[in-house]
Amino acid sequence: MSGIHVSTKINGDAVEYVCDVEETLLDVLRDKLGMTGSKEGCASGDCGACSVTVDGRLTCSCLMLGAEAQGREIGTIEGVAKGTELHPVQQKILDNAALQCGVCTPGFVVAAKALLEKNPDPTETEIRYWLAGNLCRCTGYDKIIRAVMDAAAEMRGN
Amino acid sequence: MRYESPQTVEAASALLAGEEGLARVLAGGTDLLVQMRSGMVEPDLIVDVKNIPAMTSITEENGGYRIGAAVPSAEMNEHEGLCALWPGVMEGADLIGSTQVQGRATMVGNLCNCGPAADSVPGMVAANAIATIIGPNGRRDVPVIDIPVAPGKSTLAKGELVESVFLPARPKRAGDAYLRFIPRTEMDIAVVGVGVSLELDDDGICTDARVGLGAVAIKVLLVEDAAKALIGSKLDDASLKKMAAATSAACKPINDKRGTIEFRTKVAGVLATRAAKIALERANTRASNGGEK
Ligand SMILES: Cc1cc2nc3c(=O)[nH]c(=O)nc-3n(C[C@H](O)[C@H](O)[C@H](O)COP(=O)(O)OP(=O)(O)OC[C@H]3O[C@@H](n4cnc5c(N)ncnc54)[C@H](O)[C@@H]3O)c2cc1C
Ligand code: FES
Ligand code: FES
Repeated sequence: MSGIHVSTKINGDAVEYVCDVEETLLDVLRDKLGMTGSKEGCASGDCGACSVTVDGRLTCSCLMLGAEAQGREIGTIEGVAKGTELHPVQQKILDNAALQCGVCTPGFVVAAKALLEKNPDPTETEIRYWLAGNLCRCTGYDKIIRAVMDAAAEMRGN
Repeated sequence: MRYESPQTVEAASALLAGEEGLARVLAGGTDLLVQMRSGMVEPDLIVDVKNIPAMTSITEENGGYRIGAAVPSAEMNEHEGLCALWPGVMEGADLIGSTQVQGRATMVGNLCNCGPAADSVPGMVAANAIATIIGPNGRRDVPVIDIPVAPGKSTLAKGELVESVFLPARPKRAGDAYLRFIPRTEMDIAVVGVGVSLELDDDGICTDARVGLGAVAIKVLLVEDAAKALIGSKLDDASLKKMAAATSAACKPINDKRGTIEFRTKVAGVLATRAAKIALERANTRASNGGEK
């Protein structure tokens, strides 16, 4: 059970850690680095609560080993707000009351932000398909979808 | 458990060959990590192949494309040339899981996991995709259809791994399509999946066809009788009907909560017909654009 030394970048900052082979990136974020924003809903890739970006690509951090982060750039929910200034997706989720328990919210924010960076003007259907891997047991999704559409509109400047 | 991340395919093969215990290639990890978590597999060695340049790139070759075995589906589906040449293969890969899963999942992982319902495999089988395998005895090229044997069991020998998959060039009037049936609209496992690839001459007569069939047997099937029903025809209703019957006849499905034997058998024929019609339309569109899309 030898530890693996990993050098990576998380939210733009150089980070080093030692992890066991079987530890997922989600385990490392939460248990080693104290970054508990990413949630574990299922640990099997089904719920999206653990969503992060790896070299810009949306990924479930529960489906990736901590060791695989070597040399990559990881983006987590902790890097989304700039200080106290919320990202438009976060602000619109609040404005639309698009969360209840909040467990799914970090995953939705990371996933929606990744969508809007790729496609600033998605249709409702495109948003629903993009977010199909993010499960929410509380809200019924509609408010979340509306929040993402509002955020997209605001980011486009209208 | 050991983790290695070699820089070359040869080094990866040597690591796999030298491990006395259980060794596993790690591509996207969307099957492997789930299996490890549930205790289904406990590898002694994991060989991550995502730092091997030959396995992480898409390159043009003789008018076709060589896709590195570690290229995730999301990256393939952003590649215009690939999507234009083999839209059916790409749409099969695009159905694998969510956006998050797409960011990691590879077609070769889908293939080597050997699930009968693997969504990208019928399309690759229809395309006659060729896998390049590297092992202790060197390199060999194998049609994708010859790799899966049964769930979790492949024809790869100890020390072997797939380096890339090759999708060949095709004539101007050619098209392919993949359709699956699932009870939901997203995020589900195929009850039936069918990939059809067609080549036609200038008169619209089918000169070559291949039909790949998933989720209705112990592994993905190549249905030669279905292809025979189309070759020489203009895909008129009678030939399509014959093709549908041949597809249904090839099914050896199981009964489960997601679909009965009767249902899967019938739906296989229906989907094959629909996929053939889409492939035909794509072939004609592509030909009218001078073979460009
Ligand atoms: C939430 C979720 C939804 C999913 N939905 C679908 C779906 O709709 N349709 C579907 O078909 N699948 C689905 N899957 C399964 C999985 O995502 C796919 O099978 C995927 O294509 C596997 O690719 P991978 O790169 O992640 O494979 P990995 O997990 O890395 O590998 C899978 C297997 O193949 C072997 N392997 C990988 N690469 C090679 C290689 N180059 N040479 C030799 N052996 C190799 C590995 O050792 C392992 O045994 C889903 C999975 C999840 C978690
Ligand atoms: S915890 Fe990763 S997808 Fe559910
Ligand atoms: S707000 Fe509770 S799961 Fe989404």
